[in-house]
Amino acid sequence: MTEPMVRIRGLRKRYGGREVLSGIDLDVAAGSVMCIIGPSGSGKSTLLSCINHLERIDGGRLWVGGELVGYREQNGRLYELPERQVARMRQKVGMVFQQFNLFPHMTALRNVMEAPIRVRGVTAARARQRAMELLDRVGLASKHARFPAQLSGGEQQRVAIARALAMEPQLMLFDEPTSALDPELVGEVLAAMKDLARSGMTMIVVTHELAFAREVGDELTFMDAGLVVERGHPRAVLAAPQEPRTKEFLSRVL
Amino acid sequence: MSASQGTVPAHIESTPGAERVVPLRHPWTWAASVLVLLIACGVAYSVATNPGFQWPVVAQYMFDRQILLGLSRTLELTAAAMFMGLVLGTGLAVMRLSANLLLSSISWLYIWFFRSVPVLVQLIFWYNFGALYPDITVSVPFGPVLYSASTNAVITPLTAALAGLGLAQAAYTAEVIRAGIVSVPLGQTRAAKALGMRPATIFVRIVFPQAMRVIIPPVGNEVISMVKSTSLVSVIALADLLYTAQLIYARTYETIPLLIVASAWYLIIVSLLSAGQHYLERHYRHHT
Repeated sequence: MTEPMVRIRGLRKRYGGREVLSGIDLDVAAGSVMCIIGPSGSGKSTLLSCINHLERIDGGRLWVGGELVGYREQNGRLYELPERQVARMRQKVGMVFQQFNLFPHMTALRNVMEAPIRVRGVTAARARQRAMELLDRVGLASKHARFPAQLSGGEQQRVAIARALAMEPQLMLFDEPTSALDPELVGEVLAAMKDLARSGMTMIVVTHELAFAREVGDELTFMDAGLVVERGHPRAVLAAPQEPRTKEFLSRVL
Repeated sequence: MSASQGTVPAHIESTPGAERVVPLRHPWTWAASVLVLLIACGVAYSVATNPGFQWPVVAQYMFDRQILLGLSRTLELTAAAMFMGLVLGTGLAVMRLSANLLLSSISWLYIWFFRSVPVLVQLIFWYNFGALYPDITVSVPFGPVLYSASTNAVITPLTAALAGLGLAQAAYTAEVIRAGIVSVPLGQTRAAKALGMRPATIFVRIVFPQAMRVIIPPVGNEVISMVKSTSLVSVIALADLLYTAQLIYARTYETIPLLIVASAWYLIIVSLLSAGQHYLERHYRHHT
């Protein structure tokens, strides 16, 4: 069996005294789309933030592309890596946030160009060309000169996707990418994500869009109270959930 | 609403465009305006005609070489003290925001001290530093002496002025910069980190430019206030704009006209700086 893109074993995370992740085991195969659903506070967004070490972990192990994330293991102990080394690892993991988090002082184009130039040392001309290609791919080439505040939520999120893709990541993390959008803008973002999934990108998507999970997802994970409760093929889990907690959750959202 | 409810009065319907909307009159505002205008005219007349102002003397000294030297000294001092304040203040702000308790406490203590003691007192204190430490010595602890000099040779009026103004300014600037940095949403740092940016890149490219929007207006005010604070150095005999004017009127007894010359220059500098601040603010008020 080939090494999964993401491998998580016994992952624990506490905030203060409260444990938000209580031993997560999860594999995500390269080229697959993993959707994570669950009630708010179940720890799914925290899990995502641990995968690119935006959050420290309090136990367990986490590998991306076979590489331990955020730590160096020696004699059975984990030593946190310095931020510049963590930064190198993060280059191969793109992330899209619920609130877009575009840089408001830069145009859409500049948002997409910035990291390739500053992090990978790409020339401005090349970064610009690549950024225009990516903006074109998400249907926003004509709006490249706009600032984030001049774009709709859906457009901002598509720029955010282009921005993450500009670093040519091996893995894309989506943290409730459509939750902050007006209903009529959700479709355009999901379409961009579908396009990305079709291109073979490995994706982990925390979402409430069950239709998206059913259509695009290769696997569905249901989380509750810091644990993976159930996982399987999206159609199977959504049509016939096995665990009572999954059933209860689905009966409330469907 | 009365009997005409539901119907349009005939005279309005018949002459479209002739309706008149009468705004509320403000007779007292007008009366007050006239009064203020009269007072202003009176003051202007008195200023122009009172021979005590000695306008010819003002004109004579306005571009006097000595005055212009004092003016340039004031400008240099403002720039140097502000620069010191910004550099030190940024350091203090970063320390203040540090997770390290020792660093943030030291920064807090510094800000507390230098904001609490009046700048005038600090200036006099630095000027008399030699009484406290007759010699300044830089050495490796318990090791060889690297540098040693008499304090009075090192702390000239200029260094005392720079220390007094710059160190106090750093305390104010630190708070302004801290507020600016804190105002940038955490999501910005998270997004930048997620793209693989290093801490220094994140600060320079993402956080600082956004913090500037919050930092610029108060720092502009601080610069303007610094121009005027530099006049305090006249107490330690540094030949700035005010002290130069004082030196001249001590000799010629033309006190009022020379104070007017100094005031006029302060007015000009501050007006120019205010205009500059306006454009700088507009530059950083990016499209949000």
